[in-house]
Order: sequence, then structure tokens, then C-alpha cells
Amino acid sequence: MIENALEIRHITKTFGPVVANRDVSMDIRKGEILSVLGENGSGKTTLMNMIAGIYYPDSGQIFVNGKEAAIRSPGDAFALGIGMIHQHFKLVDVFTAAENIVLGLKEGKKFDMKGAVEKIRAICDRYGFDITPDQKVYDMTVSQKQTLEIVKVLYRGADILILDEPTAVLTPQETDRLFQVMREMKADGKSVVIITHKLHEVLAVSDRVAILRKGEYVDTVETKDATELSLTEMMVGKKVTLDIDRPVVKNKKLRLAVEKVSCVNKEGVTVLDDVSFEAFGGEILGIAGISGSGQKELLEAIAGLQLVGEQSSITFMDPENGDEPVPLVGQNPRKIKELGIHLSFVPEDRLGMGLVGSMGMTDNMMLKSYEDGKSFFIERKAPKALAEEIKEDLEVVTPGINTPVRRLSGGNVQKVLVGREIAAAPAVLMTAYAVRGLDINTSYAIYRLLNEQKEKGVAVIYVGEDLDVLVELCDRILVLCGGKVSGIVSGATKEEVGLLMTKVGGKDPAEGGMTE
Amino acid sequence: MNAAAHVKEPFVRMAKRNDLSLKKKIFIRAIAILAALLVDGIFIFLITGLNPFGVYGVMFAGSFGTFMKFKWVLRDLATLLIVGIALAPAFKMRFWNIGAEGQILMGGLASAVCMIYLGNTLPNWLLLLVMLVTSVLCGALWAFIPAVFKAIWNTNETLFTLMMNYVATSIVACCTNFFRGDNAKMALINMGTKAGWFPMILGQRYTINILVVFVLTILMYIYLKYTKHGYEISVVGESENTARYAGIDVKKVMIRTISISGAICGLAGYLILAGKDMSLSTTSAGGNGFTAIIVAWLAKFNTFYMVLISFLLVFLDKGASDIASAFQVNDYMSDIVTGVILFFILGSEFFINYKLIFRKGGAKNA
Ligand SMILES: Nc1ncnc2c1ncn2[C@@H]1O[C@H](COP(=O)(O)OP(=O)(O)OP(=O)(O)O)[C@@H](O)[C@H]1O
Ligand SMILES: [Mg+2]
Repeated sequence: MIENALEIRHITKTFGPVVANRDVSMDIRKGEILSVLGENGSGKTTLMNMIAGIYYPDSGQIFVNGKEAAIRSPGDAFALGIGMIHQHFKLVDVFTAAENIVLGLKEGKKFDMKGAVEKIRAICDRYGFDITPDQKVYDMTVSQKQTLEIVKVLYRGADILILDEPTAVLTPQETDRLFQVMREMKADGKSVVIITHKLHEVLAVSDRVAILRKGEYVDTVETKDATELSLTEMMVGKKVTLDIDRPVVKNKKLRLAVEKVSCVNKEGVTVLDDVSFEAFGGEILGIAGISGSGQKELLEAIAGLQLVGEQSSITFMDPENGDEPVPLVGQNPRKIKELGIHLSFVPEDRLGMGLVGSMGMTDNMMLKSYEDGKSFFIERKAPKALAEEIKEDLEVVTPGINTPVRRLSGGNVQKVLVGREIAAAPAVLMTAYAVRGLDINTSYAIYRLLNEQKEKGVAVIYVGEDLDVLVELCDRILVLCGGKVSGIVSGATKEEVGLLMTKVGGKDPAEGGMTE
Repeated sequence: MNAAAHVKEPFVRMAKRNDLSLKKKIFIRAIAILAALLVDGIFIFLITGLNPFGVYGVMFAGSFGTFMKFKWVLRDLATLLIVGIALAPAFKMRFWNIGAEGQILMGGLASAVCMIYLGNTLPNWLLLLVMLVTSVLCGALWAFIPAVFKAIWNTNETLFTLMMNYVATSIVACCTNFFRGDNAKMALINMGTKAGWFPMILGQRYTINILVVFVLTILMYIYLKYTKHGYEISVVGESENTARYAGIDVKKVMIRTISISGAICGLAGYLILAGKDMSLSTTSAGGNGFTAIIVAWLAKFNTFYMVLISFLLVFLDKGASDIASAFQVNDYMSDIVTGVILFFILGSEFFINYKLIFRKGGAKNA
């Protein structure tokens, strides 16, 4: 007999006029990995937040181990053996791993830190986690922070683990490791719920897939009976096609020449080391690399947001001015933007850079263009039209274009950000992690938009994480490893790119054939 | 903990409301005021045995009793409001300018100095103009200094602006000692010539104050909402990182905005000297620099709401002092009466933004 760890019955949750979940009923079984799938804003996070005690449902019931439960706070959820790892980590930077784990625990008797550390060690050994209890959080990588969140939940004895888009910020290797951990938890009889937009991950790791569409529950299917296409169609509710074009553009023009760019960060660590490459109009140049290999710094250097070493030179061929070369090093960011070099960086926390959470779509549209024109007053007509257009084109789920973007679901926030950069009709479009957290349908819409830009002669620089996509979408791929260029390849396979990502220099003759 | 203990739905929980209609908002606020009057009534009757209606009558009369009293309300409202307006851009940018008091004093000092030393040499219109310019500059300078420190060395502006108040107070104390000579107190400046005094309009000098503040209310609203500067202020206030990404020069915006904030405080000092007090002392700012912080916050930087909130505060203040003198009760008692009213009005904002849901369904309004 199949035992359910948790049952959700007729749950509805609204936020003001927005119905985030409508009459959702579904089960989570014991000892399974369940994927929750749905487009951006379909209510996945909201539903899981109710299980984890962050929100309380407007109506409906939740049964844990067959007993009805009212989960009023994360504390209640923990008491019921439910733990959630959120998209945005909730850790105290200056505390150690162990301190973060025991933080907020209510233990009656005198607290036994030694015992706690022992227990943490035991958990880490059991699952092979690479964190040590006395490591400070600010010293951790994103993946380690996530691991810490998982340990925190396990420490409190959770039987049901909910992971909200855990892989959005992980490298493929880290993702594999996470999946291994999830499988071991499953073997221990725990239930694991994972929200992800990456369908190949859904297929790889889960036993069943629950699908939400526009706040309503559609169905739960066995993963073995599902394909990427069938899942997408259930999610979207109509037939879709999933392929990425790579149109060939004739007479590419040199648009950007980056030579010997080096860069040292605040801590004195070299983050970019002698990076040189060229980007052409009419092509998409991919940048691959393990996260933190210098991608961010490279884009920021081009955008004038990073100080670079003396040898460094970055030259832009201005199409407005007969491809006249313009040196960019030392220019201020605004000037560079005016030349038509646009950077859309989707940070791990999405809102941090590029969008103002308390403003609506309209006001966010003008963030980079509000200065245009001589008038002392701000011009809202064009941004408003643009906001309407992006809302239409990318199907942004929002009550209105003046609703603060902070209230939108993660993916929708991002559509606003990427939509704006593309709409600015730049000469060089740099995007980093453009589809991070976007549902599959929207991701493809973004790829199409990038291709449109390319065909218009824009030089697109695309920093991505998904190697499949990089290989399919990009004309050439530059691989960064530890701040160095380890290869610039075209027509390489995913495996070849993956190898370069971990090998500095890429001088190994075995790969030499594909380096340009 | 035992899972069974959790079956009960929480007794009461909060949920964010949809936007309420204006009618409902007014209704909730009206209920709040009635409730406050009721609580106050019981309090007054139980503690003092006075007739609550009599007390309310006096409180109301404190602002509306005579035309003169009403004019004083407008005068004081203008003084409080202009400082609120001054703080709006700073606070919107999350720059905690606690130094309005000092900035007002420096503005006032500049006016006073002009009145004393140029009073006999310049025609009145020119004198008033010179006073205006110097006051605004002095106020701006007093804010400019902490702004520069914050922009360049990231010093804490709260402490810095607060300290600047004490410096300003000391400078003014020193100067007034010097100006008053052998007199016990500094008298009205230029009493004989009335040089540097605003002309009477509609029987009052401070009519000009009211007009200036009225215009400024509208201008600041437009500045924050419809200009590029206002937009920059919002972005910087939300996140400096985002601002930098957008190519906004954060340092420049910060220094500019705070200087404007200080300049308006300086202007307030000028209005106090030329239209209200015609004299200078260390208390010329009258605590408005601090009270205005409440005004700016409660109004969420919307200058039109500021008018209402300033009015409320001035009304309660006048009411309290009239109650105290009319009934020979001590100040604490009248402060409690007005305090309760303020508390209920602020509390009603909670019920306007949130609703309480009690167990067994059914939303209940406040
Ligand atoms: N705190 C909130 N206030 C107002 N609306 C909200 C809030 N949280 C969520 N919503 C709305 O509820 C809907 C569902 O949001 P939710 O975050 O659950 O989506 P999601 O499926 O997790 O999407 P994504 O894949 O983009 O993360 C969205 O339309 C969102 O705008
Ligand atoms: Mg989500």
C-alpha cells in the first residue's frame, strides 16, 4: 500500500486580487521524490510556503501522516517534520555553520554546542556534505550555503524536505551532487519535493511530477511515463515546440575587442587574468564556466563597472559612427550605456541589481533610460507602452503594470528585467543568467528574442549555466576557468565544453582542435 | 510538540487587504476617532470628574474657537509643514536627516545677521531677498557637510546630522548673546524700522509664510513624482547597488538631495525670522525639526498627506494647551487626552492595510 506523508485538500490562497492557488488537492508520498512543475507565477512557491508554515491558507486542509494539521509558523512545520529550503537563503553571514543550524532552536535545557557539532558532523558524513561546522557563512560558496540549509533542515529531523528551485544557482556538477543527496534521503524513507524549471532535471531525479497551471492543480504523473514535451504541454495547456534555432547571419562585423583584461577584486584576488576575445555583430557568443570563474567581473568590466588592470584594453566599434573604434576602459558606465552596450545581469537574488522592487513595471522600464531627453521632467508614456508590450510578449503575470515588481513571482520579475534590456535595442547585448528561474516556455521565448537581436546585427554575449542550451544557441563559446580563458570553441559538444570548464589553459592537444 | 495540538486553526490571523475604497477608509478612520473620543471620555470622567464634552469643546476651540486662533493654527501648521517637506526627499532616499533643527537655526541666523547689519542700508525688498538667499545657502551648507562625509567616507548620517544640531545651537547662543548686548533677552530685531519684516497681507505678516509653504507643498510633490531627480531619489533610496547599475551617480544625487533638504530648512528659518518671530533664539526652530520627522514618515513622503498630518499634530497640540489652562489640570492629563487620539488614528492605519481573520471564517473589520 502506498502511504502518503502529506495530503493537501482543497487549498486556496489569495493575495489581494491575485489567486495564487485555487482549490489545490495533491499528495506527497513517503519515500518519493516529487517534482512540482508549473509556469512562472503558477503558485508553486506559494503552495509550498503554506506547507512550510510561511503562509496560512485561506481555506482547505493539510493532513500530515493522516492527521489534520494547522501549520501556523515554520516552527509548527518543523514540529511536524517539514523543512523547506527557500530560493533565498536565510542564513546569518557572520555566524558559523553550526551556529546557523542551532539558531532559533528551542531547547529547554542548557544548550550543548559540542553535541550539536557532533550531530552535524554525523549528518555531513552520512550524506557526504563538504561543509565543516565551524566554517563562517560569508566564506561559503552558494552551493555550500545551500548545503548548509539542507543540513539545517535535516538536523531538525525533517521527514519532508521541500526545495524551491535549488538548482537555479548550482553548476551541473553541484546539481548532480545534490541529486545524489536527494536519492539517499529517499532511500532513508524521507519525502523530497523539488521545484525546478529544468525539465531534464525533473526527468532525471523525480519519481512523480505534480503540475500546476495558473494556480490550479492539473495532475500528477509518473515520471517514467513523461517526456519534456508532454510535461510542457500539461504545464502550458497547449501544444508547444521545443527547439532552439541557430540562424546563420552573413557578414558579421567586429563589434567588441577585448584584449588582455585583468582584474583584481577587493580582497586582492585576481578574478580575471589576461582575458582576450572578440565579439561580432550577428553572432551569439556564449560564456561558459563554473559559477564565480569571472563571468560577472568580465561583463562588468565591459560595462565600466569594474576597475581593470593597466594592460587591459576594451575597444568598441561604434556602428552609429562608421565602426569607429572607441576605447571603453576608463569611460563611465553611463557613457558606455549610451554607446549602446547593455548589460542585463540576473543576480542570484534577482532584485538586487537592475530592478527596483517597490516600483511597478513602468517605472522599472525607465531605470536606464530616464535620463534621455533634455526635460527636467520624467517621461512616462514610452516606458508605459514598453511595459504593456513586455507584459504581452513575455506573458508577465502581474495584476497591473504599476504593481510593485517585488510582489511578482520570481520568474516574472525576471521577465521584466530581461525584456527591458532586449527592448533597448543595443549594439552589444550582454546577458548573464537570463533564464535563471524562468519556466521552459518563457526560456524559449527569451532564446527567440536573443536570436532576433542577433539577426538584427547585435553582438550578443550570453553567459549561461545550462550547457545544452549554450551549445545549441551560441555560435561560439568562450570558456572561463578561474578567471582565465581556457578555450574559445565553436561546434563543440557539451562534454568538451564541460572539460574546458575545469581545465585551465585548455592547451591539452586533445582539445586543441576546437580552439580557434 | 504533539501534532494533534495543531489541528486548531489560529484564533486570529492577519491578512493584507485589497485596496479599500476611499469611502471605507474614511469610515474606518471615523470609527477610530469616535473610539478615541469614547476612551478619552471615560478617562476624563473617571480621573477628573470633568464633563468630557466640555473638555472636547475646549480642545476644539483651541483651534477653531476664534478666527485668530485658527490663523495661529495655520501659521504653526505652515512652519511644521515646511520642515516636513524639507525632510521628504532626504527620507525618501533613506538618508536620515535628523539635523533639520540645526539647519533651520542656521537659516534663521543668516536672516538675523542680515537684518541687523544691513537693515539700515538696503531697501526692504532687497534686504528680504538677500536674507532669503543667505538663509537658504546656510541651511544647505549645514546639510551639505554631513552629506559629503556620507557620500565620500560613508559616515553615519544620523549621528552626524544630530551633532550638527548642537553645533548650530551653540553658534546661535553665542551670536544672540552678542546681539542682545546688555538686554536680558533678544528683542524683536529692527522693531523701529521693521526692516527685514514681511509686509502685512490680509492683516498678518505670516500670510506670506502660508503662501510660500502652500506653493512648496505642490512643488515638492511634483519634484518627487514627476522629475528625473525625484526618480533618482527613489532608486537610490531603494538600493544603491541598483542605482549604480543604472548608471546613477549616487554620490552626486546624495549630496544634491540633502543640500536641497537643508536649503528648505534654511528657508524655514527665514520664514520664522521674517514672518513669524522677527527674533532669534536657540529655540527658534521650536522642535519642528524633530516633529517633522513624524510628519514625513506618516505621510509616506506624500506632501499632501503631510498637510493633513501637520494639521492633526498642530490641532492636538493647541487643544492640549487650552485644556490644561482652561481646566487648571496639569499638562500630563491633556497630553494623555491628545495622545490617545493620536494613538487611535495611527492604529486605524493598521486596519486599513490589514484585516483580521478570526477562527471559523468570516473577516471582521475594525
Ligand atoms: N506576497 C505576495 N503578495 C502578492 N502577490 C503574491 C505574493 N506572493 C506571490 N504572489 C502572486 O501569486 C502568484 C503565484 O506566485 P508564486 O511565487 O507562488 O509562483 P511560482 O509558481 O513560484 O513562480 P516562479 O516559478 O516564477 O517562482 C503570482 O502571480 C504572484 O504574483
Ligand atoms: Mg517560485
